[in-house]
Amino acid sequence: MSTASFIVTRTTRASRWGAAMGIVLLAAAATLPQWSDAATMRLLTEFACLLVLAQMWNLLAGYGGLMSVGQQGYLGIGGYALFALADYGGVNPFLCVLLGGLIAAAASVPTAKLVFRLQGGHFAIGTWVVAEVFRLAVSNSAALGGGSGRSLQAMREIPRSVREPVTYWIALAIAAASLIGVYLLMRSRFGLALAALRDSEGAAESQGVNVKRTKFWVYLVSAFGCGVAGALYFLGTLRISPDAAFNVGWSAAIIFIVVIGGIGTIEGPIIGTIVYFLLRETLSDYGTWYLIALGVVAIVAMMKYPKGVWGTVAERFDLYLFPVQRRVEPR
Amino acid sequence: MLGWVNTVAQGIMLGGLYGLFAIGLSLMFGVMRIVNIAHGDLIVLAVFGAIAATTMADLPLWAAVILVLAGMFVLGYVLQRGVLNRTLAGGELPPLLVTFGISIVIQNLLLEIFSADPRSLSAGGIETQSVNIAGVLAIGVLPLGTLAAAVLITAALQWLFGRTDIGRAFRATSDDPETAQLMGIRTAHVYGLATAIALTVVAIAGILLAVRTTVAPSDGPNNLIYAFESVIIGGLGSFWGTLAGGMILGVSQAIGFRVSPGWGAFAGHVVFLAILAFRPQGFFPKTHTGSA
Repeated sequence: MSTASFIVTRTTRASRWGAAMGIVLLAAAATLPQWSDAATMRLLTEFACLLVLAQMWNLLAGYGGLMSVGQQGYLGIGGYALFALADYGGVNPFLCVLLGGLIAAAASVPTAKLVFRLQGGHFAIGTWVVAEVFRLAVSNSAALGGGSGRSLQAMREIPRSVREPVTYWIALAIAAASLIGVYLLMRSRFGLALAALRDSEGAAESQGVNVKRTKFWVYLVSAFGCGVAGALYFLGTLRISPDAAFNVGWSAAIIFIVVIGGIGTIEGPIIGTIVYFLLRETLSDYGTWYLIALGVVAIVAMMKYPKGVWGTVAERFDLYLFPVQRRVEPR
Repeated sequence: MLGWVNTVAQGIMLGGLYGLFAIGLSLMFGVMRIVNIAHGDLIVLAVFGAIAATTMADLPLWAAVILVLAGMFVLGYVLQRGVLNRTLAGGELPPLLVTFGISIVIQNLLLEIFSADPRSLSAGGIETQSVNIAGVLAIGVLPLGTLAAAVLITAALQWLFGRTDIGRAFRATSDDPETAQLMGIRTAHVYGLATAIALTVVAIAGILLAVRTTVAPSDGPNNLIYAFESVIIGGLGSFWGTLAGGMILGVSQAIGFRVSPGWGAFAGHVVFLAILAFRPQGFFPKTHTGSA
């Protein structure tokens, strides 16, 4: 076969349509504060947080093969960074969302050194221990409000009519940035290296992939994203406590979202987040039953449909909105 | 000085309980390479099984204990053969995700059925009795009994693995499941038995925990973390190492708690992280070449 007899394509018709629709949807969503109410904005801000968290966990586990149960550690650090910087440092609270991500990323550097000494399931629980260490350290710190937490004082000077739409627009921007960011990352050389080491560390290393460095960077990027999402979430709630910020329930939600939606795809976490919110809002009168339902669905999905909703659809209908793979087609 | 001796003694006995927590985790990882994230919630499930049997069904404690041990043995076998065995083919992610899902489901089901209130098991006054050593050190009968149980169970498992047919099957399957199968070992059944034994030890640990203190449905994650830290501190591949790891964790927590009550669990985590930093293979690993 000569090289001229086939071509490598990276976009699909669905992905071009998807991009166009995405831009229209984003533009429409940006006008929401003009015609909708505060409750909708709050719900969509929370939606954006979970979507970003799910993308970050998916980047780590679905693309990098690193199963973490401790991303709530970085979410909590991002949230607390917002409160500390805005209330003690006098930094603009909206700017703190980005800084929260940077501080979480900084915290992930020494953590990575330790947890990467563990493999597989031991790595998973190791990340959880680190999140617990963060929680206990904050709980015992009086300046951060101790075990009962604290409210965001810096926001008192900013009127509600500014705070609510700006928080919402930041949420929208971050959600879009996380989708585009993961998409571009996975199409780069780095993404290729990441997917290779997930499938086989030994084979990837023999092809020249620096396994250690690639894992370290994906862990750092994921911590940054979780920190941003955490700061954003608590910017919306204006109150933080160690039990809310460092709760393993965050991991439960994002893992179920990714597994149900489709692990190792960018579309999966979007679908999963929609399923999560539909179930939660429908079963909101029945305590934690939505979590039990999600857990059961995730277990069944993992055993019968390990590719989740999107993976199953994509395989069946050859549909890729965010194609990160290369396709070889006859000319 | 005597206060510190007492603290260390209490820590060692607490470590016996952590050792019991950890043995099941160690066993499942040793035989199947499964890290069971639902481990801590299964401990809590056993506790609430015993509480339901004694309060709702009004059974005497000994009958409830037998019922729970048998129930957890059967649950372990069914869980392994019905669910976990089917996740083993797809790499290391599926069993982790499935056991994590099971953990959240158990925790929230217990919360819905029994409410968030902490409860304990009453064992007819044994929980408050103590013996005096040299007239100065008061050692609780229950913690001492827990430590004795941990040592006995560790010795029993070491014997089971080292000297019996089923133990040989466990070791063979652990080393190489395909070859073991060629030699006529039914690996699916062997895996089922391993989890059944692990959950029986989990049931014993849970009952001893609930006689000692109160247990709430949300306590699973902490139990898992203490079990996990014991396994890693002790080093993979040896039951005695796991028990020793539990004791090191127990003593660390007891000392941390004595310094300041808010720092008990924290001190344990710090010792765990320090061991990860300076001795990642743990203190008593069976193989020195294997990585943590």
